[in-house]
Amino acid sequence: MNRRGFLKTLGLAGATVACPRTSGAAEPESGVEPYGILVDTTLCAGCNSCTYACAEANGLPEPEDPDAVTKPTTEQWTAIKTWKTSKGDVSVKRQCMHCVSPACHSACLTSALDKTAEGPVVWREDKCMGCRFCMVSCPFDGPKFEYSSTKPRIRKCVMCAGRLKKGEEPACVENCPEGALTFGRRGDLLRTAHKRIADQPDKYVDHIYGEREVGGTSWLYLAGVPFEELGFPTDVGETPYPELTASFLYSVPMVLTLAPALMLGMARATHRDEDETAGEAAKDGAANGGEEERS
Amino acid sequence: MNGARAITQDRPANPPGKREGGAAGLWRFLLSELKPKGSLFTPFNLVSVPIMIAAAVILYIRFTHGLSAVTNLSQEVPWGLWKGLNVVTGVAFAGGAYVVTFLVYVLGQKRYHSIVRITVLNGFLAYVFYAGALLLDLGRPLKVINPIIGNSFGVSSVLFLVAWHFMLYMMAAFLEFSPAVAEWLGLRRVRRTLAALTLGAVIFGVTLSMLHQSGLGALFLMAKGKIHPLWYSEFIPIHFFVSSVFAGLSLVIFEGTLSRRVFRARMSEEHHAHHDDIVLGLSKICAATMFAYLFLKVLDLVHGQKTGLLGTPMGQWYLVEIVGFVLVPMALFTEAVRWRSLRLAKTAAVVTMLGIVLNRLNVSIVGFRWTEQVRYVPTPYEVVVTLGVIFAEIWVLRWVINRMPVLSESPAWVREEAAQPAIAESVAA
Repeated sequence: MNRRGFLKTLGLAGATVACPRTSGAAEPESGVEPYGILVDTTLCAGCNSCTYACAEANGLPEPEDPDAVTKPTTEQWTAIKTWKTSKGDVSVKRQCMHCVSPACHSACLTSALDKTAEGPVVWREDKCMGCRFCMVSCPFDGPKFEYSSTKPRIRKCVMCAGRLKKGEEPACVENCPEGALTFGRRGDLLRTAHKRIADQPDKYVDHIYGEREVGGTSWLYLAGVPFEELGFPTDVGETPYPELTASFLYSVPMVLTLAPALMLGMARATHRDEDETAGEAAKDGAANGGEEERS
Repeated sequence: MNGARAITQDRPANPPGKREGGAAGLWRFLLSELKPKGSLFTPFNLVSVPIMIAAAVILYIRFTHGLSAVTNLSQEVPWGLWKGLNVVTGVAFAGGAYVVTFLVYVLGQKRYHSIVRITVLNGFLAYVFYAGALLLDLGRPLKVINPIIGNSFGVSSVLFLVAWHFMLYMMAAFLEFSPAVAEWLGLRRVRRTLAALTLGAVIFGVTLSMLHQSGLGALFLMAKGKIHPLWYSEFIPIHFFVSSVFAGLSLVIFEGTLSRRVFRARMSEEHHAHHDDIVLGLSKICAATMFAYLFLKVLDLVHGQKTGLLGTPMGQWYLVEIVGFVLVPMALFTEAVRWRSLRLAKTAAVVTMLGIVLNRLNVSIVGFRWTEQVRYVPTPYEVVVTLGVIFAEIWVLRWVINRMPVLSESPAWVREEAAQPAIAESVAA
């Protein structure tokens, strides 16, 4: 390979090195404590007021039989499932957890899923190409996809991001008649939750789901029974999901820089004799055709 | 496939080159080349054409009625056969191109030279069709330009890297193959320029391949907890990369066997002469990389403390994959090298390929959400489209082989130029 070719390869490699960066997915903005919602499952009566309020606030079709829906869907972003537990029936409202470092955001190759500074993880229609990698990556099955549409959207709870901007509470919180939902700054909610556990240690298990799971979520849960009994994934660990791919992403610029250099060296070493004897043309030949071998 | 033999008679090469000259001559040449060569009613055509037509109809329904009209994809299983087989598995089989170009151009292993073009062509088309099959699966395929034109770079995404590397690799692979196109069209000066770029394209291509072969594995890193622990590993990118070496080379061996039957007449003497050495040489590399792969798998099994899972039904399925489709073909490859048996090598190649299909599907479909009560099973429509994509690739591959100097020798003028570089230089100037 000649000098020009070497520089060309180097330039191309450099250009690609510049592209991939492991930019931190969603560190909380400095100084601003993001919002969150605390769910006290011991207070929830399973009345589905939140489900109706959610549909109205987000322009979704009115739920026909929310009791029959036990998992969020594209048209019903929040769903209540009643679990039979060691302490009797417990109703649990589930929706997108709005992770502090969301897997979906780091998975998305167009940044269609965005973690806002206020806390909500929102989906941006103009960017999404519908690859569903967010769904593969999400440990909570948050994003739902409109499979029957020709212009499918990702649908999920958006924590009423629009209402938050106007200074309002999320619709579900505002309409909960039992006071099972509390809206506030995530740090304040954690303090509230810890206080409730400390005040009534018999009523609650000593665990706030979402405090540390997958590096923390904006939705936090209190319960009277272990979270396994309520269908929460308890094997997700405390590492933020984006970190699972971090070491791979870090290695990319390394490989892009080192591999071409090493290979140029190897090519140089294996073709040296020809360079000295046959000059430029033989190299061209060796590079494509290997004709000198035939002639 | 045997019927295709009829189409392989040596045709009088009549490229436009400088003789006819001008765009009109080139146009006439291209039109004449579009015509089929030989009988249309071969067994391969009779099977593949109806399937491709059916696939086209299914895809029409898919784009007018949404993915749910033809697929069994769900909120729990968002990636099915089109991603698992066409994209993830198909791209692994394209790995032969980077390994062989690395051997020939970087390591100077000239004995593999005669298979470079067919392998690169195969790799390039595999990317065009199998990575291209991603478009069929995208909910909003027109937005595929978003991560490319820069209005929305998701730079922390593994898929972003994979997509970019696919695209750049396609360019590199085309550049590697382009001298054959120039020879077909009789463009002497263009050929010289393109040939000079080959080493750069090869090095760039090998680098990109290392990254996106492993990147395909890295796609599953965040599906931790959804993939059965025997197939999920933090080292899955390395497993995918290492296995792409023997996946690609096994395809090269297998494809070489078919080519020798179907395109025998078009093959250059060089190709025939080196065939046995090439197959056995590749077998050696396969055996070695499979040994490394097995070692990595055992390491993962022991280090990840997963040996206890081997007694479960999924564990036995895992053993079928690892013993039956990695350990056994590795032994076959080793024996093939020892006894210089092409038959054994070819058997080993087929078993290895089945093992790769098994592994990629185990990661992306069988082991994915293995605890769900309702498992994902592809619809017949999904299967037909998958087959249609594979057949379409073979059609284009055959079209190119029958026209361009892929298996056959380069035209006489290329050899003359190489023999007399000084004269060629002055003519070109």
